[in-house]
Amino acid sequence: MNRLLEAEGLVGGRSGHTLFGPLDLALAAGGALRVTGGNGSGKSTLLRLLAGLLDPMSGVVRANAALRYLGHHDAVKPSFTVAENLIFWRRFNGSGSSASALAAVGLDRLAATPARYLSAGQRRRLALARTLDPAAPIWLLDEPTNGLDAASIAMLEAALARHRGAGGIAVVATHAAILLPEAQTLELGLT
Amino acid sequence: MTAFFVLIRRDLALSARQAADALVAVMFAVLVVVLFPFGIGPEADILSRISAGVVWVAALLAAMLSLDRLFQADHDDGSLEQLALGPLPLWALALAKATAHWLVTGLPLIVASPILAIMLQMPTAGLATLVLAMALGTPCFSLLGAIGAALVLGARRGGVLVAFLILPLAIPVLIFGAAATEAALTAQEAAPHLMLLGACLLASLALAPAAAAAGLRQALG
Repeated sequence: MNRLLEAEGLVGGRSGHTLFGPLDLALAAGGALRVTGGNGSGKSTLLRLLAGLLDPMSGVVRANAALRYLGHHDAVKPSFTVAENLIFWRRFNGSGSSASALAAVGLDRLAATPARYLSAGQRRRLALARTLDPAAPIWLLDEPTNGLDAASIAMLEAALARHRGAGGIAVVATHAAILLPEAQTLELGLT
Repeated sequence: MTAFFVLIRRDLALSARQAADALVAVMFAVLVVVLFPFGIGPEADILSRISAGVVWVAALLAAMLSLDRLFQADHDDGSLEQLALGPLPLWALALAKATAHWLVTGLPLIVASPILAIMLQMPTAGLATLVLAMALGTPCFSLLGAIGAALVLGARRGGVLVAFLILPLAIPVLIFGAAATEAALTAQEAAPHLMLLGACLLASLALAPAAAAAGLRQALG
């Protein structure tokens, strides 16, 4: 089975202080990993390591396909409209059309609205529209449900199921009870 | 390559939405130049003698004014990490951001410089050289400034720090830029100064994106 994302002997930490590890991970097409653990246990650090934004203290990470990362910040420009925000990222990343992405998160009616008028939950949905990009097989989602209502969480679960059905993988760090059938689970902070 | 121009276009579009921010640099340069005759008196001889230096100092300070925001806004709202994960290496990101900064602040300064010089009674013989030297010098300010802007990410009072870090590096550009204009005014050869300015531009073009990338990597970690 072709492994899209793997990590070996991964030790992560901030400013010389070890948070977790060593741990080994491997995700093949259709797989998912749920990362749980208390505040400060290193969930965000693990996702930033997998994304390549941080260097591990030791060990290696191999991402064998394009990836999208959703962090704590939404990377939304308030002076751009909803559609302009999304279109910029799609063009910058060289992925295809964004026509259906706004509809998928229920923002198609607000496409021409400047993003400064969005609520926190709507901004998060716009960030999700950027991240849930079918052109990238690997999705790394850090607390994707922050600020989302129940309908939006259901939408996210459906998008994750479709993505995995099409051979993608997802790593989700969350406190919320988000539906991820047959996902591996990693609980940090048990050492 | 596409991503490079997509990023420049986005930064230009963002500046266009905040046109007041974009014009601050030129307005600042105009104000500085307008104030000089009030400070030192209206004698045409004195003004004409100092015109080259004043226009260059005003341009340098105006370029510094907007530099601390070069990466800060993208850093604060999470765009910077998304940009870093995209198809461009960090040095190309820095180069694209510096290019957009130059188009928004440097280009208007070049256009304004002959007008500012005339306000200070500069003889018309020096204007062409002034514009040429500004065209070589202002990109250096944006490129060198990108290093400082990347280094101060996350620091409070970043603007003052950028000035401290970058002004020493910008002094050669200031010296050769003012000297080129001075030479044209005194009927001497301006070419050597312009060539040195060109060398400054090539050196900053080669080195500044890599140095700024190192600063960005530090800020992302």
